[in-house]
Amino acid sequence: MSMQHVVFIILSAIALIGALGVVLNRRLFRSALFLVLSFVGVAGFYILLEVELLAMIQLLVYVGAIAILIIFAIMLSRQAMATDDKVLNEQWILGGFVAVALLATLVYVLVQVNWPVVEAAVPANSIQRLGESLVSPNHFVLPFEVASVLLLVALVGAVIIAREK
Amino acid sequence: MQVPLSWYLVVAAALFCIGLYGVLSRRNAIGILMGVELMLNAVNVNLIAFWRYVEAVRATMTGQVFAIIVITVAAAEAAVGLALIIAIYRNRRTVDVTEVDELKL
Repeated sequence: MSMQHVVFIILSAIALIGALGVVLNRRLFRSALFLVLSFVGVAGFYILLEVELLAMIQLLVYVGAIAILIIFAIMLSRQAMATDDKVLNEQWILGGFVAVALLATLVYVLVQVNWPVVEAAVPANSIQRLGESLVSPNHFVLPFEVASVLLLVALVGAVIIAREK
Repeated sequence: MQVPLSWYLVVAAALFCIGLYGVLSRRNAIGILMGVELMLNAVNVNLIAFWRYVEAVRATMTGQVFAIIVITVAAAEAAVGLALIIAIYRNRRTVDVTEVDELKL
């Protein structure tokens, strides 16, 4: 059991405890804080996988933007769910069953399959390669540009939808 | 000694299923959105793990680019989703999805 295994187990404990806190906590605000914990655990996975840029993007976008946005929305709609007595709908037993069944199936399949894993170091200039492939016409310039249009549309759409009439 | 790929896949599957349970069981629309974010995160862990263990040897970047696109879509989805929730709250004084069911037969 190497150091990496120990770190992995700690990180997965952080991510999974955070995720369980999100779905099981009765107070929505605490759920949002557990969500931040889970995002930080996933950022740790990225560092363990030697993808440091993605770890930073994860922290900036998920923790810095999405979690804060969710907390804003909770604050703005607080009175609506002032009573915390009914947080689950009537299909929660079925939903739990579906989730557990899917997890069992996935774990069964994932452990059995023989993945074509190759032991290789991360390419030395991987961030440079990532930037080049994002703007290279032979690779991903089209999804990159479409993503920018998507962000613009989402920005305008969110403002229009949430605007006071 | 590296962590086996299947460990990442199993943890990501667990994250995905926890998020799925949140989506299926919550009454509050914001709680549902948090479940969706957990599921997107789990998918990203899978993409990056596959990139690291299967694709990195070829020095191409498809997995990472895919993960960045997923993060972009997740950010757009969160912004529009929360705007919808705020608009519903302003008109109906509720964010309980069991009460907002006009489109249900």
